[in-house]
Amino acid sequence: MQTVEASGVATTATAPRYAEAATFDAPSLVSSESRLARFLAGLPGVDQVGCEQRAAALATRSIKTASKLRAIDLAISMIDLTTLEGADTDGKVRQLCAKAAHPEPADAAVPSVAAVCVYPDLVATARAALRSSTVAVASVATAFPSGRASLAVKLADVHDAVAAGADEVDMVIDRGGFLQGRIGKVAEEIVAVKAACGDAHLKVILETGELATYDNVRRAAWLSMLAGADFVKTSTGKVAPAATVPVALVLLEAVRDFSDVTGRVVGVKVAGGIRTTKDAIRYLVAVNETAGDDWLTPARFRLGASSLLNDLLQQRRKQLTGGYAGRDDVSVE
Amino acid sequence: MPEGRVEVKKTYKLFIAGAFPRSESGRSYVVAAHDGAFLANVAWASRKDVRDAVAAARAAQPGWAAATAYNRGQVLYRVAELLEDRRDQFVTAVRDAEGGTARAAQRQVDQAIDRWVWYAGWTDKVAQVAGAANPVAGPYFNFSVPEPTGVLGVVAPHGASLLGLVSVVAPAIAVANTVVVVADEHRPLPAVTLTEVLATSDVPGGVVNLLTGPAAELVPVLAAHRDVDGLDLAGAETELAGLAEAAGATNIKRVARRVGDDHDWSRDPGTSRLLRFVETKTVWHPIGI
Amino acid sequence: MAERPLPGTAGAAAVFEYSPAPESRAVARLQSSYGLFVDGAFRDSIDGDVLKTISPSSEEVLAEVTLAGPRDVDAAVAAARTAFEGPWGTMPGAQRAKYLFRIARLIQERARELAVVETLDNGKPIRESRDVDVPLAAAHFFYYAGWADKLEHAGFGPRPRPLGVAGQVIPWNFPLLMAAWKLAPALAAGNTCVLKPAETTPLSALVLADILQQAELPAGAVNIVTGDGTTGAALVAHDGVDKVAFTGSTEVGRRIQESVAGTHKHLTLELGGKAANIVFADAALDQAVEGIVNGIFFNQGHVCCAGSRLLIEESVAPTVVAMLKRRLSTLRLGDPMDKNTDIGAINSPEQLARIVTLADAGVDEGAERWSPPCTLPEKGWWFPPTVFTDVAPSHRIAREEIFGPVLSVLTFRTPDEAVEKANNTTYGLSAGVWTEKGSRILAMAERLRAGVVWANTFNRFDPTSPFGGFKESGFGREGGRHGLGAYLDA
Repeated sequence: MQTVEASGVATTATAPRYAEAATFDAPSLVSSESRLARFLAGLPGVDQVGCEQRAAALATRSIKTASKLRAIDLAISMIDLTTLEGADTDGKVRQLCAKAAHPEPADAAVPSVAAVCVYPDLVATARAALRSSTVAVASVATAFPSGRASLAVKLADVHDAVAAGADEVDMVIDRGGFLQGRIGKVAEEIVAVKAACGDAHLKVILETGELATYDNVRRAAWLSMLAGADFVKTSTGKVAPAATVPVALVLLEAVRDFSDVTGRVVGVKVAGGIRTTKDAIRYLVAVNETAGDDWLTPARFRLGASSLLNDLLQQRRKQLTGGYAGRDDVSVE
Repeated sequence: MPEGRVEVKKTYKLFIAGAFPRSESGRSYVVAAHDGAFLANVAWASRKDVRDAVAAARAAQPGWAAATAYNRGQVLYRVAELLEDRRDQFVTAVRDAEGGTARAAQRQVDQAIDRWVWYAGWTDKVAQVAGAANPVAGPYFNFSVPEPTGVLGVVAPHGASLLGLVSVVAPAIAVANTVVVVADEHRPLPAVTLTEVLATSDVPGGVVNLLTGPAAELVPVLAAHRDVDGLDLAGAETELAGLAEAAGATNIKRVARRVGDDHDWSRDPGTSRLLRFVETKTVWHPIGI
Repeated sequence: MAERPLPGTAGAAAVFEYSPAPESRAVARLQSSYGLFVDGAFRDSIDGDVLKTISPSSEEVLAEVTLAGPRDVDAAVAAARTAFEGPWGTMPGAQRAKYLFRIARLIQERARELAVVETLDNGKPIRESRDVDVPLAAAHFFYYAGWADKLEHAGFGPRPRPLGVAGQVIPWNFPLLMAAWKLAPALAAGNTCVLKPAETTPLSALVLADILQQAELPAGAVNIVTGDGTTGAALVAHDGVDKVAFTGSTEVGRRIQESVAGTHKHLTLELGGKAANIVFADAALDQAVEGIVNGIFFNQGHVCCAGSRLLIEESVAPTVVAMLKRRLSTLRLGDPMDKNTDIGAINSPEQLARIVTLADAGVDEGAERWSPPCTLPEKGWWFPPTVFTDVAPSHRIAREEIFGPVLSVLTFRTPDEAVEKANNTTYGLSAGVWTEKGSRILAMAERLRAGVVWANTFNRFDPTSPFGGFKESGFGREGGRHGLGAYLDA
């Protein structure tokens, strides 16, 4: 039998099933809807029960003491602290930015979060508020959350955000187009948005709750990566179900395999419904045991959340003091 | 019988792979009627005949199991049809072997025919009775189905020379096993004549193989044969049955123990022999989208 | 092999190392010594000896138990006979059911204690004893409890009768669960039992004896005689036993079948296996890899139905092997009491020696051996998760049951070849099939000669699901309606 070793050259985990990998040419795949469709159809399927069982097994990991404290700090540093409400104001965003830069002002050991995530019209406010910090400004765009607008409108949305100083753009894919089989159009939009981003990093929101199956999630993730995504992201937070550990597993497998095939590293962002430290740690365990520690950095893994940060801060205090924190021990923005 | 007409006598041979060989050993033994009169020289099967019969049964088994249950039912029913046609011949054969009244012999033959019909009707129902959909506590579809054990060694019962034999062979092949039968040593002729019916029926060659000869010589060979999956020791003497069962442990044979010589084969057979040589296979599959 | 570390494996510990998360062992409440559970009470041995039971992960002596002698077995069988002719045998099924429900509930109530005892005595990870062994044991009693008053509706004829006294000999790989598999259907059908736990893992059965007392089960309905192979042999050979049920090796099963031959005793055997786990190119590969891992490394591979022969379609063999190796690099071997441990200790030095012998044979015969980097603890008996590639069907590691964390990888080109190789074994306990094509699953399931076929999953168990082998893996079924039939005179 052929082994994974051939004259000392390591073969990566993904080979014939991603047959195009050998002569991998992402732009050419993306430029032909039929080739892209064939490629995506050739990806291995995902067995729902097996995937969910693996996620459940990972959830039994017991993260205690020092490893818990480490996980909490890591989770804080990976947060995209988010406000995406119709009622958002300059004031609300500035308060959020203050929290993002110094989640626990009394304790310098607490890291800043990774980014603040807002609508495009509030990017300038966030940019100004975060000027002296390392926290990035992320903006949703492309007619978030539904994405139901013309490409021109979506691109204008992106231009606005980037012009206002966004470091990162969170776009949504055309789920209707994907489910309809118009994957060429979905890919073209991502390519166009990526171009419009310029230097800004592009996170591509799959809205996995609307894609309905893990097979679709895997294909949409590959499609997005092929089209240029820097991150693949689960959800807008406006659709249930949002992020789940099994969905995160599928995305982590996708970025791991994509990196094996292309050498390009894509990050994963989970968003929506992540409220507790326990939730966050489950995701970190999934990252650790699926994509591995190369992804255990804010550069490659993000948690899109708002109330999660306070729970992490409370749990952090508990780890340090041994006593449970009260609800008013942390600030409410 | 017309005066002066010389009767044409039949040579009683083995039945292996659908053919009627003499014993590979060339030996034969005398079978007498119930009153001691000479009936026939019968082939005295050897170890090598056992080997050939097991090979034939093994070769035939996958094809027989692959036939639809509906088809197997029709094949078994066809045996009943042919037996009915030759009812008088079997009445004579049974009466020659066992003595007794013509009426008793007729009753036995009729019951043997009806038994084929009974099991013909079971082939496509046994999985519904012995199978199951199992409600496991998880997202799985789980079902169990009976499958044939494989190749069986069968020691024909001493009692009713035709009905007893049919009562052990028909259920075994109804569930798609194939058999190597050691005929009752002293009353083998109805069994041999039955094989002549089987040969002209639709039962594929090798599904039923019949050996005549001393059980004490043949049964231990069958019992120790590692390509035999099960033993029906219905007609084995107590000591031989114990030895055979122990020898069968070589490959963990499924064993049906001997039945008493006074066993009443005319009783309602129920399903016990039908379910004696089946293996339950359980299949799991996730339920997901 | 100088393999480039795949992303995500190198130095994973540096970023996110899991601190030890040990389960407390205080809950186990072990006694220093145990008698035999006969006629409803713990008793001193009549003619037995003393046996030390040792923790496989630390080599410490956990407790002294009794090595029951022939007269102890006599006493246990006599107590079972009295109970069969008396309280238990004459009790209405609905009453028997309530005792079984009680036992199920008591197992749930004492689940943590049982899990800890099991892990200490057996060496299996606490995660498995907690999440698999103990819950399934309770579920088994719960399931069969419901049958006790429904026997005439079970399809075994109008008046099914219990067989009498059942002598039951169980192995060390799932001590409590195997006790439940044996006792629950036997009791539901109205039999009484003499149970012989494995020599190296007697403790959970003794806790179960305490549970039976708490359940106020009538004296003698269940008797538990600890001991070694001689105890088991005495039980199996005892004239007062009407039914023998054995789970263990094919070698011992063969001897039992010989000893029972020619007697009146009913027999069921659940023996060894060498299951093929077949992966087609179109499988959901990430889940297949999980299934392969669960198939052979669950319970250190001490599983009769373990998927010990991996058959991969050649076109994806390099992919699957590489994925498998990467996945194995995340397995955590060590203290079984740590909640994050995936691979525990090997149950006994004898078993370890057997695994070592066969693994060495694999190397000698030319197969390629691989294990992920892992540190084996100083004390105790350990074997790293091991994968052999370049395995030929003729190799000993492809034919003999290793009963350890050792996977033999073979390849195939066509479905026919897969079936032929899968069935080319004297065993027939289980098999696995991985493919996304529905019709192929059914075709493979039909052709595989195995008592359990897991399609797109592996090593799943349920009290409602019949379990047992074809061929030399034994006969009779445990679980489900079929399992009930093994204890009824139908």
